[in-house]
Amino acid sequence: MKLKLDKKNFEDFLKSLMEEYDLYAPVQPVEGVSVFKKIEQPSEVNLTQLVPQKPAKDIFFPQSEVMFCYEMAGKQSRMNSMEEIKRERILFGARPCDIEAISIIEKIFVGEEYTDVYFLEKRRKTTIIGLGCNHPLSTCFCSSAGGDPFLRAGSDLFFIDLGETYFVELLTEKGAALRKNRFFKEVDPNDLTLVKELEGKAFEKVGYSIPVEGIEKRLDLMTESSFWDRVHEKCIGCAVCTYLCPTCHCFDMVDEALNNKGQRVRNWDSCLFPIYSLETSGHNPRPTGRERTRQRLMHKFNYFPKNFGRVACVGCGRCILYCPVQFDIREALLYASAKRAKGLKRKFR
Amino acid sequence: MAMIQKKLREKTKELLAKKEVDLVIGFSDWTLPLRTTPIFIRTPEGAEHLVWNSFCENNLAAYLHKFSRLKVGVVVKGCDARSVVALNLEKRFPNHPPLLIGVVCQRLVDRKKVKKAVKGEILQAVEQGDLLLVKGENFEVSLKRDDFLYPSCQSCTHRTPHQAHILIGDPVEEVSLVETHPEVGEFERKSPEERWDFFEKETSRCLRCYACREACPMCYCGECFVDSSRPKWIEKSLSPSDLAFYHIVRAYHQTGRCSGCGACERACPMDIRLTYLTQKLNQEVKDLYGFETGIQPEAAPPLSTFDPEDQQGFIK
Repeated sequence: MKLKLDKKNFEDFLKSLMEEYDLYAPVQPVEGVSVFKKIEQPSEVNLTQLVPQKPAKDIFFPQSEVMFCYEMAGKQSRMNSMEEIKRERILFGARPCDIEAISIIEKIFVGEEYTDVYFLEKRRKTTIIGLGCNHPLSTCFCSSAGGDPFLRAGSDLFFIDLGETYFVELLTEKGAALRKNRFFKEVDPNDLTLVKELEGKAFEKVGYSIPVEGIEKRLDLMTESSFWDRVHEKCIGCAVCTYLCPTCHCFDMVDEALNNKGQRVRNWDSCLFPIYSLETSGHNPRPTGRERTRQRLMHKFNYFPKNFGRVACVGCGRCILYCPVQFDIREALLYASAKRAKGLKRKFR
Repeated sequence: MAMIQKKLREKTKELLAKKEVDLVIGFSDWTLPLRTTPIFIRTPEGAEHLVWNSFCENNLAAYLHKFSRLKVGVVVKGCDARSVVALNLEKRFPNHPPLLIGVVCQRLVDRKKVKKAVKGEILQAVEQGDLLLVKGENFEVSLKRDDFLYPSCQSCTHRTPHQAHILIGDPVEEVSLVETHPEVGEFERKSPEERWDFFEKETSRCLRCYACREACPMCYCGECFVDSSRPKWIEKSLSPSDLAFYHIVRAYHQTGRCSGCGACERACPMDIRLTYLTQKLNQEVKDLYGFETGIQPEAAPPLSTFDPEDQQGFIK
């Protein structure tokens, strides 16, 4: 079903959503920094930054999440689980790459053997409103990584910015629940033409420049390649690329306790930290940046496609944009792809 | 700047050809505008990839710990050279003290400030004299370079790396463009409550990715206090008290050791202000002990020594 929304009604529309749902959308705590957050006032929503620093995964798999808390009173102990989400939620304004990434982490958190109730509860109770990318950035490579700037998969509703209005598609049952919203109106045929045009332009801009397909086979032959000796050199070992990555999903659980009270907290973790793989004995199977950088790339482009049939990268470009030393994953992929490596004009830097 | 780049390449080529060093760490162009990337050069031919411009934002001294077994030549600005001197004092390079290829710095351009000055994605940025030509898909503007400098660069009075073994560029008259580091001045004018609010607001965006720690040459502890589990000094989550604890301890560990290069602030993906704290502490150390990091190669850092003449007015 196709509808549209006048931009002049945008804030009222968000307000109408907030009557029934908790609304999550990008906000800018300071100019130049954007994160997904629970909205208190519709005016907070800020869609100007195409790729917010913190990805939408934070809404389903928060950086720091209390799983349960406990208390001891004499010999009695009491535990409270924290997974329940009381109110239905809407995630608004996530881009197709971030939404695709949520489906990717879902493969981990909602599997045949294990189900993570914390993730699942949030996922079930969230309606996702995606937003198409009319102007992808030069660092975007979603089309190469199996997505595209207007990919609808994963969204319940999909918005496309037509200037004065948003073009709205209702894609799922969850999305159809909003069809009666008083701010939606009929589309006219011109809008459909405009959408086609915008899609065409964006596709052309993103292109298919990065050889992601079949990369796992090439990487199979590269476990001991000298490539890793070079590739890690400039990596300083911070967690920018992994924390900001919409598909990275490693975590660490800790008990925070004081006297007779405590809580178990799950925090994001990063394979680029030496402490990540440090064992109790003091042995570290990934002792240097070489092994850690290899792990990051191998997990995304070898182990994950083998286990789940898809690379764990959606081409959002965050790791390129925000890396303190400009490690460019696209160049690493170009290098690792045999066919291209021979024809490469420049060496990996 | 083009002359500096040419000389830099020539010198590097010579050092590697004569095998005076095994490796030169410098800056190179890469895929993003307004940026450079660290490059590791092992052959004389590799020197051709070196660049010098106002985007050479990393403090390459941070890499020296990683290559302590090699004879390393490293490209340093005034601030970076001071970090190496401070590291030498802490006896970080017992086998091969690094060879400093010093470049007289023209002060660096703050890419985040430039991005805020234009609408749309910047695809190209070139320096032409005092101007910065910035291009995007539908725009082309020319900006005054000096209006877009990093706060730590505006107040810098150590642009010439006098401590370097090889000096490229002519020493300059050392003057600050501003009275004090602009953000330190602003911070000092606040009441204690306002200072705390500002500090808390900035740190509230912290992801604990530790890019600030990793970008800093002085953060080289085998085990950072945040990673220690026995004893556990700090929790791992994002509670305001833990974020405050990390940032206060990070800043205090830098006291009398920080060269004020600002690499920590540039590394932060969340644009958290950091140098107002470290520069404020630098100023305190200068006022109390007359000490500036890495200026005199033999002077012991004031916080690791005791002298009966030390000021102790703070003991009440």
